[in-house]
Amino acid sequence: MADKSDLVLDVRNLQTVFFTNSGLFRAVDDVSFTVKRGETLAIVGESGCGKSVTALSLMRLVPDPPGRIVGGSISLEGTDLLALDEAEMRAVRGNRISMIFQEPMTSLNPVMRIGDQIVEAVRLHRKLSSKEAGDVAVEMLRLVRIPEPARRAREYPHQLSGGMRQRAMIAMALACRPALLIADEPTTALDVTIQAQILALILDLQKELGTGLVLITHDLGVVAQTAQRVIVMYAGRKVEEASVEALFAAPKHPYTRGLMASIPVVPTPGIAAPARLNEIPGTVPSLVRLPRGCAFAPRCKLAIKRCEAEYPPLADWGGGHLAACWRAEEVAEVA
Amino acid sequence: MTEVLLEVTDLKKHYPVRAGVLRRQVGTVHSVDGVSFCLHAGETLGLVGESGCGKSTVARSVLRLVEPTSGQIRLDGKDITHLSKTALRPHRRSMQIVFQDPFASLNPRMTAGDIVGEPLAVHGLASGKELEARVARLFEQVGLRPDQMRNFPHQFSGGQRQRICIARALALGPRLIVCDEPVSALDVSIQAQVINLLIDLQRQHGFSYLFIAHDLAVVAHISHRVAVMYLGRIVEIAGKDELFRNPRHPYTQALLASVPIANPLAKRLTPLVDGDVPSPVNPPPGCAFHTRCRFAMERCKTERPALLETGDGHQVACLLNEGTGRSNTIS
Repeated sequence: MADKSDLVLDVRNLQTVFFTNSGLFRAVDDVSFTVKRGETLAIVGESGCGKSVTALSLMRLVPDPPGRIVGGSISLEGTDLLALDEAEMRAVRGNRISMIFQEPMTSLNPVMRIGDQIVEAVRLHRKLSSKEAGDVAVEMLRLVRIPEPARRAREYPHQLSGGMRQRAMIAMALACRPALLIADEPTTALDVTIQAQILALILDLQKELGTGLVLITHDLGVVAQTAQRVIVMYAGRKVEEASVEALFAAPKHPYTRGLMASIPVVPTPGIAAPARLNEIPGTVPSLVRLPRGCAFAPRCKLAIKRCEAEYPPLADWGGGHLAACWRAEEVAEVA
Repeated sequence: MTEVLLEVTDLKKHYPVRAGVLRRQVGTVHSVDGVSFCLHAGETLGLVGESGCGKSTVARSVLRLVEPTSGQIRLDGKDITHLSKTALRPHRRSMQIVFQDPFASLNPRMTAGDIVGEPLAVHGLASGKELEARVARLFEQVGLRPDQMRNFPHQFSGGQRQRICIARALALGPRLIVCDEPVSALDVSIQAQVINLLIDLQRQHGFSYLFIAHDLAVVAHISHRVAVMYLGRIVEIAGKDELFRNPRHPYTQALLASVPIANPLAKRLTPLVDGDVPSPVNPPPGCAFHTRCRFAMERCKTERPALLETGDGHQVACLLNEGTGRSNTIS
């Protein structure tokens, strides 16, 4: 494995729960992963799988109550974030670890100029005069390729298009050169041509600045085109982890395999389009009443008695390809 | 697939932009700006484009849910553009719509059975026991259990709700179903269920779909022909295979190059266009795409290219492709 100093983020056995009227909600259940400098880790899954709560947990932004991180550790550049008090965490948040969200309009302050919002973020963490911070803001807007950055810095969010707003968010998130950037569905609200621009921008900047990136998405296409490693989540658990090449070449978990076969593809020379999409029957289970065994078992074609009774452990199937399935070996042949 | 079911000619929908105390008109949104196409019986025509390109307005105009500014809509050879509400009513039976958001398009205070049965009751086609039996059959057709008829919308998942919307659209035995982003709000694994259902139903009943979506892969999967819209106009229309194999309009090429492919070995995330879609309030003169086009020439700024046939039912509105019948924009 990689040099220890290369590790930006080390998450171990993270457990985040929500206390609701209908019961205890295990949104993130025993999830571990690492991110290296300059590496992109994608977290994929459907709504309610816990991918966004994982992101919020890393930022320590889980609303408490009703939510709480009840177990595990989150180590960012060697510091355990869960051991920090709120003031210490504020010094880290936006500085060493930053996040961009799906909807830039709701995460920008509508009554504050774009430039001022970046200045605010910068001066919170760096001792700069407002003039110097203003220069940093314009420089950041130039870095994210916003044309006429000095003029745009004086504009309000509503004067920018969706793509421009997301660029401004990225500028703000990267202004303090964080070690880790979390992007939660950063392009889901954008049109496809703008999505391509924003993804290309994020990857360029990541290479330039050496930032570790956690990319949260439901889009397997985005995963394939951006990530080096992938974790697949289902009902709060990590069910599979692999390098992007290994995952797409031979998924070991029936859920991953089903997901891949259920997405329609744009006809491309060399890639045959399926005549009929694969269906995963049923729906994602409620996190309040999870089955005792594997949460995917009720929807799984391969499920056997054991799957309903015992949760399968994450096992290494070679080369760091992890999967939590009793029948992982047979997935390629049967499904 | 020879009989033409729907024929749209030079459809325009303009909205006034008003401002000030006197609500004076200060501009015009050219939402749909001269769209023509036809849809054959039993065919699926996909309509793709980015937000604000006018695809949903086309869908709603076809159903007369919004009144077109000008142009003509012919359903089964009959001009329905200017029919009065009462005169339109019998035609409403043959055209139905499925919306994007299955949460907003179902009345939360009606049971699923009543929702699906309502069109039959409104058109006086069935009542009492017969109505119930027909609704039960519709439920089965879309993969719901008849005993779920008494449940309310909130008791269903997103995918099941979209099935209810589809059952309601099927109730009157339509010949045309307009699908406006029917799977965009659904999870990936559920999306496949609904797409398969739509395809199966078309095979059984032989109706036509006007299928609107922003997701090229979904459109590619379900459509027989695909039309690409940009700022209120169709810039390219062709058979599915032809369009994806040989995209001729620079915008279509850019759109295709922007789709992330679910294969890490096919790395090709290449944004071929810069900038954003211009505002439809004052669309650029000439070709609306010239502000972002890699191949834009002087002529493109003043001349509006017509949608011209380049062979094989492939039509392109681009000056580069004018009458050549060959693609010379592939880089």
